[in-house]
Formats: sequence, C-alpha cells, structure tokens
Amino acid sequence: MKVLVAVKRVVDYNVKVRVKADGSGVDIANAKMSMNPFDEIAVEEAVRLKEKGIATEVVAVSCGVAACQETLRTAIAMGADRGILVETGEDLQPLAVAKLLKALADREQPRLMLLGKQAIDDDANQTGQMLAALADLPQATFAGRIELEGDEAVVTREVDSGVETVVLSLPAVVTVDLRLNEPRFVTLPNVMKARKKAIETVTPDSLGVQVGSRLHTIRVSEPRPRAAAARVPDVATLVDKLRNEAKVL
Amino acid sequence: MAALVVAEHDNASIKSATLSTVAAAAACGGEVHVLVAGSGAHEAARAAARIAGVARVLHADGPGLADGLAENVADQVLAAAGGYSHILFPANAGGKSVAPRVAARLDVSQISDIVRVESDDTFERPIYAGNALATVRSGDPVKVITVRSTGFDPAAPAGGDAPIEPVPAVPGRDRSRVAGREASRSDRPELTAAKIVVSGGRGLGSADRFQDIIAPLADKLGAAIGASRAAVDAGYVPHDLQVGQTGKVVAPQLYIATGISGAIQHLAGMKDSKVIVAINKDGEAPIFGVADYGLEADLFEAVPELVARL
Repeated sequence: MKVLVAVKRVVDYNVKVRVKADGSGVDIANAKMSMNPFDEIAVEEAVRLKEKGIATEVVAVSCGVAACQETLRTAIAMGADRGILVETGEDLQPLAVAKLLKALADREQPRLMLLGKQAIDDDANQTGQMLAALADLPQATFAGRIELEGDEAVVTREVDSGVETVVLSLPAVVTVDLRLNEPRFVTLPNVMKARKKAIETVTPDSLGVQVGSRLHTIRVSEPRPRAAAARVPDVATLVDKLRNEAKVL
Repeated sequence: MAALVVAEHDNASIKSATLSTVAAAAACGGEVHVLVAGSGAHEAARAAARIAGVARVLHADGPGLADGLAENVADQVLAAAGGYSHILFPANAGGKSVAPRVAARLDVSQISDIVRVESDDTFERPIYAGNALATVRSGDPVKVITVRSTGFDPAAPAGGDAPIEPVPAVPGRDRSRVAGREASRSDRPELTAAKIVVSGGRGLGSADRFQDIIAPLADKLGAAIGASRAAVDAGYVPHDLQVGQTGKVVAPQLYIATGISGAIQHLAGMKDSKVIVAINKDGEAPIFGVADYGLEADLFEAVPELVARL
C-alpha cells in the first residue's frame, strides 16, 4: 500500500516572527525554516506504517520554492522512500496546494494520504479537507490514532467534546493532530543518505494546475497589545483587585 | 446578497459558537439565513429561528446527517448554497472539517478563523499563532468563511421569529461512518463559552495534583477548566481542555493561568480574555507579559489560599 504525505516548509516554531514595518507581511528573511510540526507527525505515522509492513512505499510531496527540497530530505531522512517537489515561486493558497496534491494523487494512486491538520504559519487548516473533496474521498481530520484494517482506516479523532471514531473506506485522506505520535529525531547517517537520493521536480504547469488565487493579503499588522502587567504582592491583594478594581468576581 | 450560517448543534439545541457566527454574518451586510442539517433536529431548528437577526432557517433532516459527517454535511451545504454570497461556519472541529470541502467544490479560497469583518469582501484573521493579524480581501464570488467566536459578540439567542423552511436532505455517502463517540463528561461550563476559565500547566506536576489544586478553584468560581499543551501532553487532562493555537480559543471575562509559562502557542488561545491572572513562581515567565494581575508565588500555596479567600 502506497502512502502519500504532504510536507510544508514553514518558519521554525521557535522563531518569533516580526511584522514588517510597511505592513506588507512578516519578515521571514534569514529566519530558520523547518518542516511544519504537524507534517512531521504525518511523516512519522507513514514511516511507522511501513515499519509495520502495512505500507509498502512512502512518498513525500512538498509544494513551493526550490528550498522545499530540504523539507523533503528531512522526510526522507525520517524514512520516506522518495520525494516529489512541485516547484513554484508563486504564493500558494491551500486550494492551490490541494489541487496540486490531487493531480499527484491521480498519478501516484496512494491508498492513504496523510497531512498535518494545519500549518503553523497561515494556521488555515484547509488543505487536507480540500484534497479529500477534490479527489471525492472520505476524510478524517484531527487524527489521534489510526488503525488500518483491510480496506478500511479506523481513525480516532480529537473533537471539541471528546473523541470520535470514524471508519473510512480506503483510499482516504487523514489529517493528523498533536498526540498521534512523537516524531523521531533524524540521525546524521540518515541525513547523509537522504542527501544522495534524487528528488523528482515537477511544476504546476506540468501537472496542469492553475495556482492563482482571488484571495489577497492587503495588510499585515501587529496584534493589539495588552497593557503591561501589574504585579500583586499576595493572594489577599489579588482577591481585592479582582473584586473591586476589575469587578470580575 | 445574503449570508448562510451553518449551525453547530446537537439536534436538540444550538451551540453558542453559532451565535457569534450569526453576528459575523450580519456584519457582512446582507440577510442572514441559518442552515440546520441534522436528524430529528426540529428543536435545534426552532432554536435557530429564535436567534435575533436571523431572517430564515433552512432545516434539512435525514439519517445521513445524524452524525455530522463532514462529507454529508458538505453535500448538504452545497445543495443549499445557491444564491448566497457568504457561507459561514463556526471555526471549531465541525466547521473546520466541513468548510474546506465546500470551498474546494465551489473552487473558491476559504478564509479561516476571521476575527473581524471590515467589509463584505475584507476580513481580518490571525496568522502565526496570533503574532500577526492579516487583512485579506477575497475576489471570489462566494466567500466561504470560518469564524473565531471570540472575535464577535454573540447574537441574542432569543427575540427572533424566523420562518423555518424544510429542505430535502441529501442522501448519506457510504464510504465513511461514525463507529463510536466518547464525550468527556463534566458538570462544569463548556470551555469556550464559560465566563471564567481556570487553567493549569506543567507546573502542576501530575494528573492528581492538577485535580487537587485546579478543581476546587474551578468549583468555587463556577469556572471551566483549561490546560496548556504541556499539561495535556503530560497526560494530566484530556486533549479537549487544551487552550492555544492548536487547541481551543477562549476569551472569558476572567482567565486564571496557574503554573503556565505562557508559550506563544498558549497565548494565542487566551490573550483576548478580558482579565488575565497569572500565578507562577517564575517571575520571568512570559505569561506575566499578558497578565492584568500577576502573582509571583508557589501555586501549591497560592491557589488553596485563593480558594479559601473567595
């Protein structure tokens, strides 16, 4: 069974981004870039399926600039068999990425597609669901556990009020949540080996996909700041302030 | 121009996030209609009709809609979507699962997690865990939107008297089904709707101590309990109590953070609270940077004392 995993190159989660003074975006020049943490969990799950003998091949896909090759190499160092880069300098919205992944899914015919539930840069939480809709496949979002049984995936989803178990007929799309697994650290020998693997590069044009969008960012601004904290010396003062100053008790 | 709000409900009642979504829809400028897609959801449809500002309720009722499966709900929304300029969902687990399917099938971009409506085509939404606010303009013929409920004052749940129009339910698909549900049971208020939230972090040290320290304070205040990702990852409490970028976003009147350092990812989920109290023994913890009242103290002494003084 082939598993396709989508990985996005994003500003590392430890970097505190700054808004550009002209409001045109956030300043990510020179920022450390990494694989989106949720996508790492998706890669880890795919590799574990291979180690269990359930998956036969793990294909990692990334869409974006040439530097996304690094993200693919990280996926390969974790255990993915090969990588495909859909290279473009265009700003990609989730819908465009979903269309690109759909085109690759048509070619690769995976039984399972795994994606992170959201990317930590645009926080959109859309791509997996859009891919499922475009490919007319069943979906499970927010996966906390995935079991493959024959032609079905049994997925435990982390929803607002607890957990829900859904059964999907394969092929299917699953987006993964934080507690599905803990991704492994990549070892230096595996990083070196991953460097030698060829990465196939395709383009939106070669896949026949238009990536343009009618959604435009017209301004990016700093969030409204909160007033600086007042320290209180003890619990008695805290209770007094909450009652008589903030009036929330 | 009219907006369609896809209600979140449990067939018997409407969830509060729907009220904020109605408010966001009204800000888009046109008539507001609400779609209630469920099974035996007549009570929910009647509740939707009473929401102030709602002009019409569309009620689709069928067995395929019983479990709220994203595939089927998306089909139902698409069946009703004709003629609407805006389709809005609450930005919670249900809305986040359905809205992108609708947007993709309409071949339009989705605008996630809006916190402000600037005009009928321009919206504000947080990016990078709330470290920046993006203002985006959509040129798509239909705006598919998820609404962060903390950004909008909820519409009044009563006062309206909208007509309820039954619409045919779509047939359910057979390639996915719900096999089970385990609801976290709690007598406390719902986290995203509570007026007061008491949250604990890794500083609590264990699941037992989390309960021993946090529960009495929540009980005393009639508060919901929340937690940082660190506390959830450590297994102190279940995932559905997580507040933050990837958990729930809350904005109560009072948020009490105990033993929470205040990672960016946590602040993203609570910094719009009206009053924030931080109790932490590390005076340098970033949580103090957003707190209205900071108490630098050992929470194992301070929280029981707080309970005693309330």
